Amino acid sequence: MSVWPVLVGMAVVTYLLRASFLLLPPEVETPLLLKRALRYVPAAVLTAIWVPEVFAPGDERLLAGIVAMAVAWRWRGTFATIVAGLLALHFFTWLT
Amino acid sequence: MVASGIEPLAAMAMSIAVFAGASMVASAQLLASGSPALLVILATLFINLRFMMYSASLRQHFAHAPLRMRLLAAYLTADNAYGLLLGKAGDESDKLAYFLGSATVIWLFWQLAVAAGILVGAGLPVSWRLEFAAPLAFIAMSMPLLRDRAMVGAALAAGVTVIAAQGLPLRLSVVAAALTGIAVGMLLEKRRA
Repeated sequence: MSVWPVLVGMAVVTYLLRASFLLLPPEVETPLLLKRALRYVPAAVLTAIWVPEVFAPGDERLLAGIVAMAVAWRWRGTFATIVAGLLALHFFTWLT
Repeated sequence: MVASGIEPLAAMAMSIAVFAGASMVASAQLLASGSPALLVILATLFINLRFMMYSASLRQHFAHAPLRMRLLAAYLTADNAYGLLLGKAGDESDKLAYFLGSATVIWLFWQLAVAAGILVGAGLPVSWRLEFAAPLAFIAMSMPLLRDRAMVGAALAAGVTVIAAQGLPLRLSVVAAALTGIAVGMLLEKRRA
């Protein structure tokens, strides 16, 4: 089977998902309930993306993740969080 | 992707046309195991459902932007570009410029990384464990969002759900986690009001 038709299908589906709401005309008001729900999209989705990478393995990744959470909470910097998390990962690997 | 049997040109074209990492890795695996085209496309739909939520969320900021800007913003939408926008203060046009600018940089680095991956394979030493930088970046983006009880509740519920639902196929665990997180956030907010 050629991969190209699949590729086109994947591209169309993904673009339509991304464009969906953005393409509504500006006059359309976002319903209040949807607005309230959207407030929690970032916290819920972004958390769901990283939790399985950190919690499921249950090894030094969990400890490194906790260090990164503390750094992100206290200093709020992306770069600092990544550096601290990677250093912690290697430190805990070396310890065990 | 190339490792699972997709020709380099198709892998690069997919990276540019689809521009969504998780669904590309999944589709490469599905194609390698001989899955029918429709299943691969369906899997892509479910894995990328979160982009629909981002789209609804971005619309709150960009609804009044010109159509071509919105079309461009839609194409460039990525998890990290969306995450970065949340930390940005300022008015709507500032936010649009910031989003398009940061998303373009992210897009460029992503495509370069994919091209490098296709050309040299895993060139960087595995022992550096740089793949762990991805979840760390998402930790950095999600922690500052936890400003009130409802937000913390939403994130906790999403985290617990995504682990509990890990057995679901097609990465539906992320969708389930998002819905649970949103519901818990709204419940906590209501009780407080």
